[in-house]
Amino acid sequence: MISIEAVSKRYPDGTVAVDGLSLEIPDRSITVLVGPSGCGKTTTLRMINRMIELSGGRILIDGEDIQHKPVNALRRSMGYVIQNAGLFQHRTIVDNIGTVPRMLGWSKAKARERSMELMERVGLDTSMAKRYPYQLSGGQQQRVGVARALAADPPVLLMDEPFSAVDPVVRRGLQEELLRIQSELGKTIVFVTHDIDEAIRVGDMIAVLRTGGKLAQYAPPDELLSRPADAAVEDFLGADRGIRGLSFFGTEQLPLERNGIVAVDATAAQVAERAADLPQLLVVDVDGRPLGWADAARLRASGARNDTAGLLASGQTFRLGEDSLRVALDCAVLSPTGWAAAVDGEGRAVGVVSQEAIARAIREAHGRRGTAPVDVGAAR
Amino acid sequence: MNGFFDMPSDLQHSYVGLIGLHLQEALLPVAIGLVLALPVAQLCVRFKWLYPPVLWATTVLYAIPSLAFFVVLIDYTGQTETTVVIPLALYSLVVLVPAIVDGVRSVSPETNAAAVAMGIGPVRRYLQVELPIAVPAIFAGLRVATVSSISLVSVGALIGNQGALGNLLADANLYHRPILAVSSVVTTAVLAILADAALVLIRMLLTPWLPKSARRARRGAGGPAGPDANGDAGDKAGGLPAGGTLGDGTTDVRPTAGSAL
Repeated sequence: MISIEAVSKRYPDGTVAVDGLSLEIPDRSITVLVGPSGCGKTTTLRMINRMIELSGGRILIDGEDIQHKPVNALRRSMGYVIQNAGLFQHRTIVDNIGTVPRMLGWSKAKARERSMELMERVGLDTSMAKRYPYQLSGGQQQRVGVARALAADPPVLLMDEPFSAVDPVVRRGLQEELLRIQSELGKTIVFVTHDIDEAIRVGDMIAVLRTGGKLAQYAPPDELLSRPADAAVEDFLGADRGIRGLSFFGTEQLPLERNGIVAVDATAAQVAERAADLPQLLVVDVDGRPLGWADAARLRASGARNDTAGLLASGQTFRLGEDSLRVALDCAVLSPTGWAAAVDGEGRAVGVVSQEAIARAIREAHGRRGTAPVDVGAAR
Repeated sequence: MNGFFDMPSDLQHSYVGLIGLHLQEALLPVAIGLVLALPVAQLCVRFKWLYPPVLWATTVLYAIPSLAFFVVLIDYTGQTETTVVIPLALYSLVVLVPAIVDGVRSVSPETNAAAVAMGIGPVRRYLQVELPIAVPAIFAGLRVATVSSISLVSVGALIGNQGALGNLLADANLYHRPILAVSSVVTTAVLAILADAALVLIRMLLTPWLPKSARRARRGAGGPAGPDANGDAGDKAGGLPAGGTLGDGTTDVRPTAGSAL
């Protein structure tokens, strides 16, 4: 646990970068510091490893004041990942990753072995070990940066806008990679970004800072989206936060219409057994995979008869229990019939659900969590 | 080419001996200059306010004509090699200090921050991160300083046979043997070109990490910005960059070695 207690940073010229900030950063989770430029998020991060000395308050790591530790030992106990990776351009990838282990006195062979292991962990081909940074793409360099930070297996990882300089597609991949690595390693990660979407995607807890280094809100992402503390935070979260908040609700509880599916070779008699009140049925192939939507009345009259030509495209499907309500709603919105099809892990259809049913499920899910959305504007 | 390699006896050296002497008088100052420039440049990087006055001082030193410099020094160091070596070493600072400063500054802020965050102390950071990354810029400076020094040694001839190959110019006059002047000029030029090539080779061996494209850019750059390494007595070329332009790691100052002729 990293405890930031009433920490301030004032510069000699009077600028206040951080002002009385207090945060409890839980172990083995990703805590994101997010805010506009000039909100002191990077300053706060750099005070944790004393790259910037604090001018008020204190920071404890597992109860121990960081001021009482030798500065270089403190820094080596934390991995650090920076924008643009900041690799040593004159060293090979394997040597870059092995920097801290070598300083800690590991043998060359052991450091090398560790580097190779980490290259695989961050999704880099070990054939790149002997290359120099310039021979790698930006995304690959950033992976090396993450591997280098993990090299000595520090319990804490500080990440300073690590993915800001790569293009959105690569950034998305790196974020997913980070979450995968985190699920395997369980580090205490402090992650700085100015991108609220990135914060919501990777954060277990999000601290929103405002200009002048004050804490505006500290909450898990779903709570942040459903109950922003004030208008400024709401503004920072941007439009459609309600829709985005649905990412945190599962689809397990959706009231699926399991009787709305019919096989492509079904007879009129078989169709008649299906739910009578549905305007259309989802036609699936012999393996149970969705083929498309068919008009229920027409099917009841004549059976499916292997006729796939007249079907409306089934559109996107969502995986029941794995995808979020946001994905389910998106499927329903995109569907030509206004209904979404749920599939299992193998892609077999398990049920259908209407936009209206999803909307009811959203309200119920909010009610269960006690996170009913609050209209900040009305509250004011 | 008759007599090209026959040295007058007053020089007390064979042709090869003169080349050795010339290289010694030219390269020793550059080596001394480098040893001086490294700490000075590091101070300039650490204390930013120091850089402008240091640049000013090296430029003023460079502006002193070499002949005048020699004459002043003769009172203290006599008609010796030392009298030639001291000014040349000081002249080399005008290129080497900015080259090293720019080289060290070319280390990206992210790389520096990462090094600090990894608990790499200042001394280690200097030796293992900043200096290696500054190598291309330092070598760009060394090339200019070396070629310039090789041509300037000849001026030593005017203070009593301390000009190594330059002494041949005086002897060509004295003994009415123009071939000696040709020998002096051609040999000096060839030495400058070879020394430059050697430095490029060493740089390439030291920097396998440099992008190929940057190397190409290096070859193409320079030209007019390079100094004019004039071998003529008393005149240091006008084209030396007096500051700041030596390299963010991609630009280069390419000495036009051929103009030593």
